[in-house]
Amino acid sequence: MKKMKLAVIGNGMAGIRTLEELLKLAPELYDITVFGAEPYPNYNRILLSPVLAGEQTVDEIILNGLDWYAENGIRLHLGKTVSRIDRVKRQVITTDGIVEDYDRLLIATGSSPFILPIPGKDLPGVITYRDIHDTECMIEAAKHYRHAVVIGGGLLGLEAANGLKLRGMDVTVIHLAEWLLERQLDPVAAGLLQQSLEAKGLQFRLSTQTSELLANDAGTRVAAVRCQDGSEIPADLVVMAAGIRPNTSLAEAAGLACQRGILVNDTLQTYDPRIYAVGECVSHRGMAYGLVAPLFEQAKVCANHLAFMGIGRYTGSVTSTKLKVTGVDLFSAGAFMGGDGMEEITLSDPVGGVYKKLVLKDDHLVGACLYGDTADGTWYFKLLREGRKIAELRDTLMFGENNIGDVGHEGHNKAMAMADTDEVCGCNGISKGTIVKAIQEQGLFTLEDVRKCTKASGSCGSCTGLVEQILMNVLGTDYSDTPTKKALCGCTDHSHDEVRKSIREHHLLSQQEVRQFMEWRTPNGCASCRPALNYYLISTWPHEAADDPQSRFINERAHANIQKDGTYSVVPRMWGGLTNPAELRRIADVAEKFNVPTVKITGGQRIDLLGIRKEDLPAVWKDLDMPSGHAYGKSIRTVKTCVGDEHCRFGTQSSMKMGVDLEKMLFGMYSPHKVKLAVSGCPRNCAEAGIKDVGVIGVDSGWEIYVAGNGGIKTEVAQYLCKVRTDDEVKEYSGAFLQLYREEGWYLERTVHYVSRVGMEVIRQRIVNDAEGRRALFERLLFALRGAPDPWKAQEAAGVDWKQFQSVRLATSAEGALS
Amino acid sequence: MSLVETRETWIAVLALEDIPMLGARVVEGAAIGPVALFRTEDQGVFALRDRCPHKGGPLSQGIVHGHRVTCPLHGWNIELDSGEAVAPDVGCAKRLSVMVKNGQVYLSKAELTGAP
Ligand code: SRM
Ligand SMILES: Cc1cc2nc3c(=O)[nH]c(=O)nc-3n(C[C@H](O)[C@H](O)[C@H](O)COP(=O)(O)OP(=O)(O)OC[C@H]3O[C@@H](n4cnc5c(N)ncnc54)[C@H](O)[C@@H]3O)c2cc1C
Ligand code: SF4
Ligand code: FES
Repeated sequence: MKKMKLAVIGNGMAGIRTLEELLKLAPELYDITVFGAEPYPNYNRILLSPVLAGEQTVDEIILNGLDWYAENGIRLHLGKTVSRIDRVKRQVITTDGIVEDYDRLLIATGSSPFILPIPGKDLPGVITYRDIHDTECMIEAAKHYRHAVVIGGGLLGLEAANGLKLRGMDVTVIHLAEWLLERQLDPVAAGLLQQSLEAKGLQFRLSTQTSELLANDAGTRVAAVRCQDGSEIPADLVVMAAGIRPNTSLAEAAGLACQRGILVNDTLQTYDPRIYAVGECVSHRGMAYGLVAPLFEQAKVCANHLAFMGIGRYTGSVTSTKLKVTGVDLFSAGAFMGGDGMEEITLSDPVGGVYKKLVLKDDHLVGACLYGDTADGTWYFKLLREGRKIAELRDTLMFGENNIGDVGHEGHNKAMAMADTDEVCGCNGISKGTIVKAIQEQGLFTLEDVRKCTKASGSCGSCTGLVEQILMNVLGTDYSDTPTKKALCGCTDHSHDEVRKSIREHHLLSQQEVRQFMEWRTPNGCASCRPALNYYLISTWPHEAADDPQSRFINERAHANIQKDGTYSVVPRMWGGLTNPAELRRIADVAEKFNVPTVKITGGQRIDLLGIRKEDLPAVWKDLDMPSGHAYGKSIRTVKTCVGDEHCRFGTQSSMKMGVDLEKMLFGMYSPHKVKLAVSGCPRNCAEAGIKDVGVIGVDSGWEIYVAGNGGIKTEVAQYLCKVRTDDEVKEYSGAFLQLYREEGWYLERTVHYVSRVGMEVIRQRIVNDAEGRRALFERLLFALRGAPDPWKAQEAAGVDWKQFQSVRLATSAEGALS
Repeated sequence: MSLVETRETWIAVLALEDIPMLGARVVEGAAIGPVALFRTEDQGVFALRDRCPHKGGPLSQGIVHGHRVTCPLHGWNIELDSGEAVAPDVGCAKRLSVMVKNGQVYLSKAELTGAP
């Protein structure tokens, strides 16, 4: 079959990113032709600033070299400008007469710098700052001339000024507004910024309008800038950085609707359904973006529709800003100026050069402006984009993401302060330098890219924040295309919530149904979505949806914990940490009989037998004759207990009994992630209930219940839920909480993350205030757990794949023949 | 490689139905070490040495999807038909020839001994 033809106008960041996404989805669908007015292959425009500053070279910022086009069979017309689109004949025509047919057209013409309509604007020495050519002009000018004037004190202007200064020129910035970066900063932060740029030797003329550019005596080059107040500033080089205008003339001439950008819908389609547009040239829901992050989100959606997948909508982006001037740290996002109905929290330390302003509205963070210390910028930005409720964080919000207890990075948390050799990812041994290099050399923009390329933050994830900070520092502005809605995995664009909702509302009972209904891209998913879908199905439809062992991680499939050498560990359940001589004797016997190399007391109050061969597992379980400890599962793990009032002189409640009762009640419970409980008999809290998913603490008059604590990677203290009087209430409240988590948590999200996503208020509302809802939740939990089989004892009922334990040996005759 | 179907060259190892759909079985006793047999949804059967090119993890214990398996230890993805690790990881688990006939799965004797 003849392939369809796709023509792309614009070889810049948005156009080529769309092609990259498209090639991932449908590499064979189109015959692709690209037109680029610039004589270079696709490069990373945002890194022109480091090039100007002498920190990088042009070669280093190429994103896709010519070989990439060749490898993907893309015809590339470099240095060719498209001058006309013929929508009737479906052709594009270049200025020099090249004609290409198209079935689909992608317009990604970006924008052009706005040139002030003043006398002298066409003089030699007057340039803009947009592409490689401009950058080279500036570098060249800096070699021969002394005085530079930059018109415009926005991001681009300041980066240009900084670069020219570093290249030895005397630079003055003329800015129309009262303060620098007026669209990114409030006056206070801008003042601090100006001070530090002045310390670098830049000069500023604020509230100043340029009226004319004056030529030298010979009339061959610009020599000075005249301001409206009549003053003149010497200038051998003038850089106009007074804003950009979307390149729409081509589209307009072709009759496509434009309005400060080419109008597109949520699928990035223009008024002509065969023509799509992405990038700075478009106007979507009244917004034209001038940063890369939104363009990447657009590219993703557009590629999806070009590939005829037909899912995914672009609904707009929230952006944030960062200036790429080494040594200057500023960050702003959202409604940073504040305004009606908003509250502001500020912290100002002018001597230390630190200023922070957070803007709140109705319990949400809606804006942030940071200067001097931007380490928490990524975190604030996340809160802002996710629209998370921050009532509980309010008091400490200003102090940033609470890094106490974040282990594995030697307490480092400010990426900027780290040396290149400092380790960022403790799991994979990746240093900051390696990550920075990968970002620069391989043109990475997102957390996902960095994970794929360097493995950093790909394992336990505790350094994710650090990696995001590094991305932000290297790329400036908004580095990340992490959409507010996170797709479950690469097989789908649907989020965890959407998948859960469909399963519930459409009564889907098998993974196949889910994948079909939600149009999965892969026939049987991947190692990320399969376990998630399996969990969602069995937790939504207990006793109805069938468990699929092949969709479970090996530990849950073999009901033991895989070790680095392929053997397994076995942790029998000791209810509440209690045991007896008979059990200990059987454990000892098993350890001897099966030559168990290591016997260890775990951190969860029980005993671990490590290093057991897979084929021995069934016999080990049988000899132990103890219930499975589920130490391997996304499931109920342990209920730690202290001695309590049965023996302890301080005890106020029977914590051992409470712990055993809870553990028995929850036996066999699978959940989005593992679940750990603890019960202490008094507030001395010897069972460490303060860092458990559910912590129960006895007091004289009853029990206090705490939820959403976490030991582990990032230690989080559990939050107080309520106080109850009776043992039954403890069961009902904690059971209801866990059921809520089971029904609404995302797979691999621990209770702490679930609760911080939905807000503790919601939990209190549904568990404490809504008695009927609580009882219903509790009943659903008990129903789901009814008759939960012990996989070590009732293998058939538990659906254990039995054959996996029988090893297949080559027949002896064959073996003989083989040796 | 063209292997002649004779009793000399192929060894019957197990019945196809003994490998769970989207799962694997291990065959022990070959000179080259344990061999993992995988079964994919489109009725493909693939054999690899049961050693992940990363740190030797048992691939047979991974999750099978499409024509790939995800190693249980650190999540590398391995192509079943070539044994190659999926980018960005680099490495190769040795692939072995498989024959399925009348519901019986065979491996090549020469390959199991590691002979050239
Ligand atoms: C055996 C044990 C260590 C020990 O010898 O004490 C252990 C061993 C493992 N832990 Fe743990 N954890 C053990 C108690 C803990 C505790 C302490 C506790 O439970 O009181 C914690 C901190 C508390 C918590 O979970 O909040 C703990 C936090 C982790 C984490 C980090 C979880 C987090 O959300 O931050 C992981 C990683 C994960 O689950 O993704 C982990 C993962 C693991 C795994 C399962 C790694 C893996 O995926 O293979 C280890 C299996 C080792 C093996 O070879 O079998 N283990 N682990 C402990 C078993 C307790 C038990 O009786 O079941
Ligand atoms: C110096 C500088 C620093 C920046 N820093 C940042 C930053 O830190 N963070 C950030 O998020 N963003 C930054 N930006 C903005 C970012 O680079 C742009 O948002 C992004 O490049 C826009 O992508 P695009 O594909 O829409 O346009 P472009 O990348 O401009 O690509 C459009 C391409 O189309 C070509 N073209 C136009 N018309 C035609 C035609 N008729 N025929 C053929 N080809 C045509 C153009 O020559 C151009 O190559 C910076 C920009 C500059 C100039
Ligand atoms: S047992 Fe836990 S802390 Fe120890 S190495 Fe394994 S995962 Fe890390
Ligand atoms: S051993 Fe397979 S991924 Fe590490």
